[in-house]
Amino acid sequence: MATTYEKIATQSVSGSSTTNVTFNSISGSYTDLVLIVNAKLAASNNISLRFNSDTASNYSYTYIFGSGTAASSGRASSTTYIYGGSTSTTNYDTHIININNYSNTSTNKTALIQSAVTSIGASAWVGLWRSTSAITSVDVSFLGNIISAGSTFTIYGIKAA
Amino acid sequence: MATYTLISSTTVGSGGSSSIDFTNIPQTYTDLKVIYSARAASGTTLDVYVRFNSSTTGYSRKLLYGTGSSALSLGDSGNLYITAMAAANYTASTFSNGEFYIPNYISSNNKSVSGFVVTENNATLSYIFDAAGLWSNTSAITSISIIPDGVNFAQYSSFYLYGISNA
Repeated sequence: MATTYEKIATQSVSGSSTTNVTFNSISGSYTDLVLIVNAKLAASNNISLRFNSDTASNYSYTYIFGSGTAASSGRASSTTYIYGGSTSTTNYDTHIININNYSNTSTNKTALIQSAVTSIGASAWVGLWRSTSAITSVDVSFLGNIISAGSTFTIYGIKAA
Repeated sequence: MATYTLISSTTVGSGGSSSIDFTNIPQTYTDLKVIYSARAASGTTLDVYVRFNSSTTGYSRKLLYGTGSSALSLGDSGNLYITAMAAANYTASTFSNGEFYIPNYISSNNKSVSGFVVTENNATLSYIFDAAGLWSNTSAITSISIIPDGVNFAQYSSFYLYGISNA
């Protein structure tokens, strides 16, 4: 039986100066991508994504967030990142990021981010990258904040065929 | 080794079940994922909680949920209610659909859990839950118990435990 869920690459943070993790040269041979992040920061901030090193204002996002006492929703247009939930300084928090149909060259690309950060809140984010280019690289950062040693980032490819 | 492997699965029989227990979980994967479909055998509760290694302490959560008419959030500690089932008074043959994900389950860090479940019911009140859970314990996870609060899981409730490897 063909394997449908394959690890593409994994990166573990060591040291105390890492501010971003980049997956380059992503093959276009899958249908969808799943990125699993288990990370802690030196200072809390939002996880953020960029594709293909595009730093222009080609991104937007919408979210719903639960703090533990209240739910809220918001959005932003023409941003320079797709944002996800805040990551804490206290625990290694979980972000599950789905990037569907990432290699097609006909449509803009969307990402769905589920952030589980017990010390801050639970949230779901949908992001848009206004580009029809196939995604070949994914950069994950936390708006310049230092990622703690022991944080892990793994990207998987899912094949529909 | 395959990346995404079924470790164990169970489907509840006609007598119902007060707990689903995955024990002796291999320590050879990177992450764990549970996918389930669940319904209560009696009562009106939707509440289901999770325990790791039979521990009764160290759990906390923040929950974001929608009822069909409003969005709400709560946070608490105690039992780790990051899952849910269709109540027994829901439309017949209707089950919840959910999953939860545990990265780095054999690490020496506290364990973060991400959960997502829906209990659509073709009725005014249905729920969607997005959960952030934490087990403040540095032990490797060797067992997972999924427990309906005060009732049994109904027949045909099903649970699948997968191991995901980044090796």
